[in-house]
Amino acid sequence: MNDFSTLVGGIAGDGINEAGLTVARLYSRLGYHIYMYYDYPSLIRGGHNFSIVRASRERIAAHMDQIDVLIALNQETVEKHTSRLKDSSFVIYDADKVKLDGIKQKSCGLPITSILKEATALAVMKNTCIIGGYCKVVGIDWSVLEDVLKKHMPKLLELNMQVARQGYDQAAEFCHMDSRVDSFADKQAQELQPIITGNQAISLGLIKAGLLAYVAYPMTPSSGVLDFMALYAQDFGLKVIHPESEIAVMLMAQGFAYAGVKAAVGTSGGGFCLMTEGISLAGMAEMPVVVVMAQRTGPSTGLPTYTAQGDLHFVLNAGQGEFPRFIVTPGDAEEAYFWAGVALNLAWKFQVPAFILTDKIVSESQYSFDIDLAGDLEGERKEQADHSPLLWDGQGTYKRYRYMDTGVSPLAFPPRNGQAIKTDSYTHDEGGITSEDPQITREMSDKRQRKGQSLAEDLERYETVKVLGDEKSKTALLCWGSNKGVCMEAARKLGLRVIQVLVLSPFPEKRLKRSLHDVKRLLAVECNSTGQLARLAGFYGIEIKTQDRILKYDGRPFSVEDLLGELARALA
Amino acid sequence: MNMNPKDLATTARNTWCPGCGNFSILSAMRAVLAELDSEGYPIENVVLVSGIGCHAKIVDYMNVNSFYSIHGRTMPAASAIKIANPDLLVICFSGDGDSLAEGLDHLIFAAKRNIDLTLILHDNRIYGLTTGQYTPTSPQGFKGKSTPTGTSEHPLNPLELMLVSGASYIARGYTHGISQLQQLFKEAILHKGFSFVDVLQVCVSYNNLYESYNKWTYTVHGNDAASFEEAQKIIRSWNYDRSEVPIPLGKFYQIEAPRFDQAFSGRRLNLSERDSKINDLLENFI
Repeated sequence: MNDFSTLVGGIAGDGINEAGLTVARLYSRLGYHIYMYYDYPSLIRGGHNFSIVRASRERIAAHMDQIDVLIALNQETVEKHTSRLKDSSFVIYDADKVKLDGIKQKSCGLPITSILKEATALAVMKNTCIIGGYCKVVGIDWSVLEDVLKKHMPKLLELNMQVARQGYDQAAEFCHMDSRVDSFADKQAQELQPIITGNQAISLGLIKAGLLAYVAYPMTPSSGVLDFMALYAQDFGLKVIHPESEIAVMLMAQGFAYAGVKAAVGTSGGGFCLMTEGISLAGMAEMPVVVVMAQRTGPSTGLPTYTAQGDLHFVLNAGQGEFPRFIVTPGDAEEAYFWAGVALNLAWKFQVPAFILTDKIVSESQYSFDIDLAGDLEGERKEQADHSPLLWDGQGTYKRYRYMDTGVSPLAFPPRNGQAIKTDSYTHDEGGITSEDPQITREMSDKRQRKGQSLAEDLERYETVKVLGDEKSKTALLCWGSNKGVCMEAARKLGLRVIQVLVLSPFPEKRLKRSLHDVKRLLAVECNSTGQLARLAGFYGIEIKTQDRILKYDGRPFSVEDLLGELARALA
Repeated sequence: MNMNPKDLATTARNTWCPGCGNFSILSAMRAVLAELDSEGYPIENVVLVSGIGCHAKIVDYMNVNSFYSIHGRTMPAASAIKIANPDLLVICFSGDGDSLAEGLDHLIFAAKRNIDLTLILHDNRIYGLTTGQYTPTSPQGFKGKSTPTGTSEHPLNPLELMLVSGASYIARGYTHGISQLQQLFKEAILHKGFSFVDVLQVCVSYNNLYESYNKWTYTVHGNDAASFEEAQKIIRSWNYDRSEVPIPLGKFYQIEAPRFDQAFSGRRLNLSERDSKINDLLENFI
């Protein structure tokens, strides 16, 4: 099979995310590319969680509604997901907990609860047990499962192996699926790709580019970055702080920047609201800071664990006054890794706030990650000098806000003998002393705007707009962020062009218009209710009619079927 | 050659009102920093951090490294500067509106962490720059522009709050006693841990308390500064509400305690070390 979707569902606390990852790792070892969507409500125990693990011979970054196998640890999973089953689908379930009534598809009930009881295993091991059965059903060799368990469940490995083997053997007696999994694993083990979330990719990209400090207050779906940074702080010499509020977070980042320590912060909409006064300070004081802003469904508390692309204009405009900013919105793990590093470099090169705008899907979905595909980081390194911040040459008296053609003043960090390094949230003169003089006010405003122009010029060497899919098609889908994956897949099926806008500020107007010059029909695909990128494009004279905006704003991402259905209607 | 405090001036025009208590804080701090410079604490290692309000202008008047931040946010900015480079002496200036209203959470957390910073609280018990509203240390009944019939709130005793929050150096000065201010500032700066100095700073324009403070303030002597109970007793003897009671000045509390800024590694990896660690780490995710 070229494309295979498995849904594993149960209650929160069953370890459904981990179970999904185990399934993902099995397929990864067989040479498939992985995408995993994890759906969970905002609670700790109970409720319904599910993971959809998709394995494909193609690179993918979207889920399908229809599934090939349903793994049900409870009754609710069956009830909620029966509609996803195809005639050829298969259901594997805990026969001690689940009754299958009126399901015509092939199925296999395993006495999971009894097996665990007999083995005196922990309740959470039901995952391992049922995945053992699953492997037999779909035709994955025991040795593949054994390899995954040995690597990822070193704790109580023997017991896990025992219950998995029970599941595997008992399934053998009476059930198997008609269409079996193939192995494309002619690759050697060292070529296998890791499976990571967008949040983890962002963390690694920042670290690679020289991050030294990460400050955040936990907020879904950004917390994965904080957890990752904290876990690996020792390994990478990172200073990781979880302070009292997002207000403190944003000010701490700037204390670090003042002292020459490259720092990033992370949050979601509500926390970002608290950061805005500090964002404006970064604009005025010209402080480099990277903000990972992971969108979820709003307004206000909204749906804490679900997705949206509703904050584009908020991030574009956050903070009082006028100042340049960099905003990038990666669409998968490789882009997240590459652009996180770019964001850190640009923040320091131009002394501006830089935003990595994601959503729940990019931040928390699991992707096969190919570091070699992530971008020409070697090329980046060759231009290392170009990416270093502009540092003071030590001549004469230091002026923190010295006027330069590019608008970018040389940086110095305390202590510097005989110098005072002064930064200021007030309008200030070149030396960083407060001033209310009208000429200085105007000149400093011009200086900040010049930095924005320099940043825009520098960005011309990056692929700020990507043209994907059928580049000759006159019909194009316009997307940003996580919708890249689903748009590419729909475009592949229908022969459409995809235009992905990666950088939203400074807006890549020329590049976008070039990519659109022969497009006859442009459809915007977004996860918000108004078409936020479409509105932004409209500001630059790119009109996308309301009926050409394909919008989803129920907290859930587009499935491939969702988008194909919408496109069938729109293009009819 | 010893530094002259006047060397620390800038070209900025001073815009405090004539007779403002802030002049005393400025001149005491310049004298202390010049003195410390000659005692092995070079001036380039000092970073001043201020909030917003009349107090905050002090950083414009000193030719010393500074971060003129925003209202209420001195503590987080200063904390990161200290963590970034523990060799720096980080001194914060803040007002009673700034640190006790807008930024109270940060103040409590700085004390809770016992981070090695010094906070000089310009406590004039009035919002000066916004021309006269009550603050968290104004007495009940205070008639300000936002409370024309008198505030119904009781004031906060910031020293008591700092004591229970974990500050390890607590003192109070008065802007009519420059030599005492110098002594307290120097002790506070050299103290390893979170130092809180409440300065009764008179606002001549909106809350002129010179007469009352001259009558009621006194300096404590012979107190056991290591005793929490004794410090608490002294601190509670005046709660900012009543004016007709003695107001203690001096050092009330000083202990040694573990500090937040000691908890961070200063190790920096080069690019190839980072690359190889990233590759190792990704191996775990296969």
